[in-house]
Amino acid sequence: MNAKTLYDKLWDAHLVRQEPDGTALIYIDRHLIHEVTSPQAFEGLRLAGRKPWRTASVVATADHNVPTDPGESEIRDPVSREQVVTLDQNIRAFGALRYFPFRDPRQGIVHVIGPESGATLPGMTVVCGDSHTSTHGAFACLAHGIGTSEVEHVLATQCLIQKKAKNMRVRVDGGLPPGVYAKDVILAIIGRIGTAGGTGHAIEFAGEAIRSLSMEGRMTVCNMAIEAGARVGMVAVDDKTIDYFRGKPLAPKGELWERAVDYWRTLVSDTDARFDREVVLDASTLKPQVTWGTSPEMVTDIEGRVPDPAAFADPVKRDAAERALAYMGLEPGTPITEIPVDQVFIGSCTNSRIEDLRAAAAVVRGRKKAPNVKRVLVVPGSGLVKKQAEEEGLHRIFLEAGFEWRDPGCSMCLAMNADRLEPGERCASTSNRNFEGRQGAGGRTHLVSPAMAAAAAIAGHFVDVRELLPASA
Amino acid sequence: MEKFIRLDALVAPLDRANVDTDAIIPKQFLKSIHRSGFGPYLFDEWRYLDHGEPGMDCSKRPKNPDFVLNQPRYEGAQILLVRENFGCGSSREHAPWALLDYGFRALIGPSFADIFYNNCFKNGLLPIVLPTEEVDRLFRECEAMPGYRLVIDLPSQTITTPEGRVISFEIDPFRKECLLNGWDDIALTLRHADEIRRFEEAYRARHPYYFVEESAA
Ligand code: SF4
Repeated sequence: MNAKTLYDKLWDAHLVRQEPDGTALIYIDRHLIHEVTSPQAFEGLRLAGRKPWRTASVVATADHNVPTDPGESEIRDPVSREQVVTLDQNIRAFGALRYFPFRDPRQGIVHVIGPESGATLPGMTVVCGDSHTSTHGAFACLAHGIGTSEVEHVLATQCLIQKKAKNMRVRVDGGLPPGVYAKDVILAIIGRIGTAGGTGHAIEFAGEAIRSLSMEGRMTVCNMAIEAGARVGMVAVDDKTIDYFRGKPLAPKGELWERAVDYWRTLVSDTDARFDREVVLDASTLKPQVTWGTSPEMVTDIEGRVPDPAAFADPVKRDAAERALAYMGLEPGTPITEIPVDQVFIGSCTNSRIEDLRAAAAVVRGRKKAPNVKRVLVVPGSGLVKKQAEEEGLHRIFLEAGFEWRDPGCSMCLAMNADRLEPGERCASTSNRNFEGRQGAGGRTHLVSPAMAAAAAIAGHFVDVRELLPASA
Repeated sequence: MEKFIRLDALVAPLDRANVDTDAIIPKQFLKSIHRSGFGPYLFDEWRYLDHGEPGMDCSKRPKNPDFVLNQPRYEGAQILLVRENFGCGSSREHAPWALLDYGFRALIGPSFADIFYNNCFKNGLLPIVLPTEEVDRLFRECEAMPGYRLVIDLPSQTITTPEGRVISFEIDPFRKECLLNGWDDIALTLRHADEIRRFEEAYRARHPYYFVEESAA
């Protein structure tokens, strides 16, 4: 028999039919829905007089434009409110397996609550009208971010039209040094292969460093597969994957659990499987990463400097770097540690899970926000993450340091709600995109890990978090 | 979906790499619950000097004279020349909706981001991939010649320049069919509804643990 990659296996298990030219229908197990990319899809169904194929595959939440002010029970912006209300109405009219509406205790960012509730399970095909759906690949899911027409298509047919992508493996060997986290790994990967490096490929992240990551860390890595150009990112199943789902509300129980686990254990690439492309990194040499530009591939490490655009041989890259530095208000040659920050954002589907908050709190404990930092937002990814963090007392560490402890949502990751940067403000952010205007018109975003973001909040500028970490025991 | 067969139209060059969907249509406009009306806000941050919000009357806003689409010679352009990795970033379909609503029917560039590329076809917007050198040449010609037009003929998969040079391009046959006929994906897929149902049954038997709630209900 032919050796298969994890991607091949997931693809084959869900293949309904395939045209001679490769266009295929892929069966979808889980459809995650949020307020921004779904209204036009439901409207389309209604106009065509179509019904959803399997509403029990739908799990929905409001996350993108809900306010995250603590205790805020109303959405003041009328346009945002209309979108959230529209979602309420659509779910009521069409049905869903679960709905976590605004202010439900389990509401949160769609990519956080999917796994947390067991709505996402290993081996599933998962889609969501959001490009960071690749996050769910951490659980050996075939997870695609889709557009609104595709949301409508999946609702109506339970299938996604796809062509099979090529197989790519990114192997990260070695162990991660202290102060280097999943976020640094994925930023370093993107720095190496570029934002189009994975285009047309499904990436499997493998190797010792990936296996050593917690499920949360693997989610961080897969989350940003899309920033490397790949629609799909994955990690194979191991014991950690299976343990993660024990007792999750929507996970199977009893005999079905056993059957599921037997199947899940097969969700690994065969040892002799062939990849169309392979990239290898050594984790042991990695340092904390900081982006300096307006694309995630514009990244260096904390010991680095803002590059000189003149040093880029490729004229398109040189031009892009020049534009980026002008936008970011940075001079070539400036050491990264000399860049001051105005705001800090710890949150987003990349880094808002409990482990991220713990990593940030470990740096912050007993310290205070620097006076030049206007604002530090800590936004947990879900109501459950928030509760857990409060049980551990993390919120007190943040509040005592002068940080804000918010309610769950996407918040300043895309600044669709009121959390945003003012023009020219600079932000250390744990989110995934540093595009122009992403965190507010004219705002300047530097992507970092939660520990690095916390460190910048304390120091008032970027700083090597390894210097702030308590000497490890 | 509107059919796409042949397009003879004015060309505008957008000379930037990695144009992301946030730049194509900034997020404040994503709050709309409709598919149309995004055209006036296309490239909002580059096109206007003030900050745009949904519902603004764009005819009264200060325009950025340096932005290419504001130059009178490109008024009415329906073909946009772009650089590598166009449409990267978020999966928002509002990006192709905004391009279409503005009047564009085709894009020509060396590469497009995956999800965006897909979304274009679902809306009758044709993204054409050509080798970088060819795109460079089109940029040069377009900038040098006011009123520069191209003729895109989908059945023959060719682009014809004003001087009569014919460039062929590749397109997936299925997508081509859909564009030529203006077919809606859902109707096409539902022709296979029985096959999907059969698959679903067998799949459910093999993987009952993915259907727990339903069987309990
Ligand atoms: S946190 Fe940011 S990237 Fe993640 S789903 Fe929300 S807006 Fe998208």
